[in-house]
Amino acid sequence: MRIMREALAGTLESSDLMVRIAPRAEGLEIVLQSEVIHQFGIQIEKVVRETLARLDVVDALVVIEDKGALDCVIKARVQTAVLRATVAPGDALSPRRIADAPVDWSALS
Amino acid sequence: MKLRRSMLFLPGSNAAMLSTAFVFRPDSIMFDLEDAVSLREKDAARILVFHALQMPVYRDIETVVRINPLSSPFGLTDLEAVVRAGVDVVRLPKTDSADDVRALEREVERIERDCGRAVGSTRLMAAIESASGVVNAVAIATASPRLIGIALAGFDYVMDMQTERGDGTELFYARCAVLHAARYARIDAFDVVYADVNNDAGFLQEVELIKRLGFNGKSLINPRQIDLLHNAFAPSQEEVDYSHRVVAAAEQGERQGLGVVSLSGKMIDAPVIEHARVVLRRAEASGVRK
Repeated sequence: MRIMREALAGTLESSDLMVRIAPRAEGLEIVLQSEVIHQFGIQIEKVVRETLARLDVVDALVVIEDKGALDCVIKARVQTAVLRATVAPGDALSPRRIADAPVDWSALS
Repeated sequence: MKLRRSMLFLPGSNAAMLSTAFVFRPDSIMFDLEDAVSLREKDAARILVFHALQMPVYRDIETVVRINPLSSPFGLTDLEAVVRAGVDVVRLPKTDSADDVRALEREVERIERDCGRAVGSTRLMAAIESASGVVNAVAIATASPRLIGIALAGFDYVMDMQTERGDGTELFYARCAVLHAARYARIDAFDVVYADVNNDAGFLQEVELIKRLGFNGKSLINPRQIDLLHNAFAPSQEEVDYSHRVVAAAEQGERQGLGVVSLSGKMIDAPVIEHARVVLRRAEASGVRK
């Protein structure tokens, strides 16, 4: 999937994370901030990379601010940010526009 | 015996609640994609719930998802996500007629076939939230063999009736209509949420009423209400002791070939014996009232 625009997903509440994704010319750059980075930093980055790979995202800047989220929440927030970021920049990022976007649920499993 | 006393509502967009709610041990957990989620977060909540449903911690709790109405731009995508994720029960909001249930059933079956899930394994429940839904309650309750229950949703209903929540008088007809429809269809009946979460006495008064009417349980919006509800629904020690005596007397009568037996001078017939067995099954499943 091609990242067409900057997009956000998630919150800064406890057990959640905020994901910001933006277009990048070549390759992936992941910036990770977490309250539990020493214990779980490697695992969080692994989940982010695997999630992006399943969605075939190869060029993107991904900034994660983690507040102690479980793996499945990390996965969900990264997927949401990616799907929002694949809406063409000229289109309004409206709930209706997002609702109409086709979702390949097998790629999100 | 599957108990459905407590159905705990969780906003589908709240990661912290979705990650931890299993510890409260309600009979069913209901992830909400409808009213508790803002329009801008519908996509995020749907994906979060898609993953939450697959968490191993929810394997032994019945999972329910309230989707958006199929007539909205979000309902069908919600359904695609939750059926594929293995939800136990889909809760349809604003059910006004049997056609609403049948339309849902058709879509569920299509998705089950698409994703390889056993056809019929996704169960349904219908929330009745209008005068039209109450009037059509019997048709709704009998619209699909997938239905496990029907629920009354109070806030939209009282708005439709041009009144407001009060002491319960405003819900009396709807409660009785929904309950009779559920019993006629041999499915479960769920009462409205009690929104004043700091008023335990008021909550317990309402629980006592709906229990006496015959409801299976209640939708809840705060985990604090779970233990209160479960305890109120549990049989007392006196009821359990009496039920043991009834069953023992009935078994003895059967061994002696008697059609009707008596216990302490009172006749015990089939409905009394059946009720005693229900009390004992309930005590086994839920414990005895504290």
